[in-house]
Amino acid sequence: MSETCIAPDSLRSILDRYPGAERDKLIPILQEVQESMGFLSREAIVEIGRHLNLPVSKIFGVATFYNQFRFQPVGRHHIAVCRGTACHVKGSAAVLQALKRALRIEEGQTTRDGEFSLEVVACIGACGLAPVISVNGEFHAGVTPDDVPRILNLYRDRDNHHGKQD
Amino acid sequence: MENRINRTLFHESMDLLTAPARHRLAAAVLQTEPPDDRPALTGALDHRLDDAARVRPAHPVICVGAGTCGLGAGAAATLRAIRQYLADHRLTADIIETGCIGLCSDEPLVDIQLPGRARLSFRHITGDKVPALLDRVLDDDIPAEDLLGQHRQDGLAPWPGLPHLAEHPFFAPQTRWVLANCGLQDPVDINAYLATGGYGALIQAIYRHTPADICDQVERSGLRGRGGGGFPTGRKWRFALNTAAESKYMVCNADEGDPGAFMDRAVIEGDPHRLLEGLAIAAYAIGANRAYVYIRAEYPLAIRRLKKAIADAREYGLLGENILDSGFHLDILIKQGAGAFVCGEETALLNSIEGKRGMPRPRPPYPAVKGLFGKPTVINNVETLANVPHIIANGADSFAAVGTADSKGTKVFALSGKVSRTGLVEIKMGTSIREIVMAIGGGVPDGHDFKAVQIGGPSGGCIPESHLDIPVDYESLKTVGAMMGSGGLVVMDDKTCMVDVAKFFMDFIQRESCGKCIPCREGTRCMLEILQAITRSRRNEQGTAALERFRGIVYLQRLAEVIQDTSLCGLGQSAPNPVLSTLRWFRDEYEAHIYDRRCPAGVCTELLTFSIDAEKCIGCTACRRKCPAEAIMGNPKTPHYIIPDKCIGCGACAEACKFDAVDVA
Repeated sequence: MSETCIAPDSLRSILDRYPGAERDKLIPILQEVQESMGFLSREAIVEIGRHLNLPVSKIFGVATFYNQFRFQPVGRHHIAVCRGTACHVKGSAAVLQALKRALRIEEGQTTRDGEFSLEVVACIGACGLAPVISVNGEFHAGVTPDDVPRILNLYRDRDNHHGKQD
Repeated sequence: MENRINRTLFHESMDLLTAPARHRLAAAVLQTEPPDDRPALTGALDHRLDDAARVRPAHPVICVGAGTCGLGAGAAATLRAIRQYLADHRLTADIIETGCIGLCSDEPLVDIQLPGRARLSFRHITGDKVPALLDRVLDDDIPAEDLLGQHRQDGLAPWPGLPHLAEHPFFAPQTRWVLANCGLQDPVDINAYLATGGYGALIQAIYRHTPADICDQVERSGLRGRGGGGFPTGRKWRFALNTAAESKYMVCNADEGDPGAFMDRAVIEGDPHRLLEGLAIAAYAIGANRAYVYIRAEYPLAIRRLKKAIADAREYGLLGENILDSGFHLDILIKQGAGAFVCGEETALLNSIEGKRGMPRPRPPYPAVKGLFGKPTVINNVETLANVPHIIANGADSFAAVGTADSKGTKVFALSGKVSRTGLVEIKMGTSIREIVMAIGGGVPDGHDFKAVQIGGPSGGCIPESHLDIPVDYESLKTVGAMMGSGGLVVMDDKTCMVDVAKFFMDFIQRESCGKCIPCREGTRCMLEILQAITRSRRNEQGTAALERFRGIVYLQRLAEVIQDTSLCGLGQSAPNPVLSTLRWFRDEYEAHIYDRRCPAGVCTELLTFSIDAEKCIGCTACRRKCPAEAIMGNPKTPHYIIPDKCIGCGACAEACKFDAVDVA
């Protein structure tokens, strides 16, 4: 899982892969940095600006425009609730409500223990299986509010299991 | 359903090639130095391609539908169970991860082809069902309850008495051109695509036709943009071809942000080479040497398969420098979108590729004249491009023979929502919506009544029961206030509130508006606020809110029209459509919300009233403890009751009650 602290050498190595990069490489760089660090830190954005010779304001302008970019770390388990039309018609609002209640957080937030974070995403494209949520990229199909505790426990158990092994 | 092997097209194309190009392609296919002797070469190639297409396999072949939807339904566990079974029984079999055949509601799907026998499709094969299924099938005992149907293929013995997949109600009415290989072939094996005659159209295009010829053919075929706009594809290409510039760009729009649509994802996951072939032909037709595929980052599997396909095509000399010794070169680059719906708009997409905020540019100048980096650029949708190889290989006339007067060919729809069979459907233009929803989709399940079908996503509209017989074509759909859109079809039943649907789309559009022009940025927000007020309970209104609510209702239609007329791009211009179309067909539902503050479908929670049935309540106190407003009173083991003035209508009590004692009305 992604660490919250910045590993400067990994940022450096990403930027080194784009020597003499121009503006059109900005979004791919931001994506790679977020992929490796879990979010875009201030320091990373300043460094990217230096590399591309772009003002930090421009980079924030681009990064805040797109839904994909985050400026805070996510939880160990990142839950994405699909809010596409098919999911909506099949009751994803109730699923989201149940998740919020179970985790006691709002969308876009992370639980205090850093275990779960919750995000609402546009259509994941699995409309045939609506409503869908994805946890760490794993899909759960046909979710009802009653399934929520079971799904959350699944990931809590995995953590405990890991803890014992370590 | 059959594996369409088109060896004639492959060999004809091989004959066209220059000797060095043929040598390179043959060497890539055979993975060894090809024989010089022509008959020997033909034989060797046939053998290799037969292998790739599993025409006469020596071992059983097991295909698992492992698109995003299949994996979501548990295909990964199915694959693990199959591998485990084969290892336990020391059996040899080929396992292929295919894309989606389209029947999402029956996933995970597993196909089994025993040597010499026709291929069989089985449905709902979760991991736990694998051992029993394989035990029986390998013993020639076919479990009828799991069987979807058998495939037809020349030279393979059919199973007597078993139904054919092509006659299944989901597949029988379909005409599968774009989806021809989806779910049947290994999507990441380029040889399997070559075996179906793949890349034959590209070779024909480059060797036999001039770019102007190709534009001509595509224009004569009547192909129109499948992403929503419906602009004639050939004409768009000709604009770009006729604009002189030292470099041009071809862009494939795979930024399928439309909630409820997943055609592009399925095509890329299930048959990525078809898209690449169409893209290469388009690039040749307009004279571009660089092409971009702008694809959503939310589609990791599609991106992975596309990357592999591009690398393979390069290795085969079908992309890259001096393609097939013709002097034409083309690089295809993948650009991952970063989650902005507006980037589906073509000029916003160009800004995003350039590394800017994805905001649309005023048109004209059109991208075909001044697009990416200021150069002529053509932007086509995935499905549009996936149609191109078929047109070039079979001729414009055969394509134009299918469809209606102004809409030719087929259209892929993503059918979802309250319908028995969900998934991907490809039908001839002119098929009625009723046939898609009722015959292919199997109608509304669980005894509910059909209410409407939403077509075209946030830019489209709803079609009520009374207009279900309308044919699928660009013009007819506009007459009922809907539009073709990219192809999402979401079915709604009597438990769906149309005001809530309109609110859902306005909420979506309002969040996704890029903010550049005022009508869209402020107007959609105002519309959302009006809809929120319509669905608000009186108990949550203060001061003059009730008056403002009525003022909003008076202005709703006018506001919608102004947004349509004055927005900069297609997103804003079509943003009010969901509201206008629901207002047109379901005015009574709006009136029930507005005048009676009642939601007939029981969806708008604020308008619901909750009460406890004293007969059923056993006084367990669960609801009282869950109520965030402390609106529930009662002692343990005696019936509870809800104080209406305190109730905020959140529904927590109904969720908490295990005895079904909370009445919702």
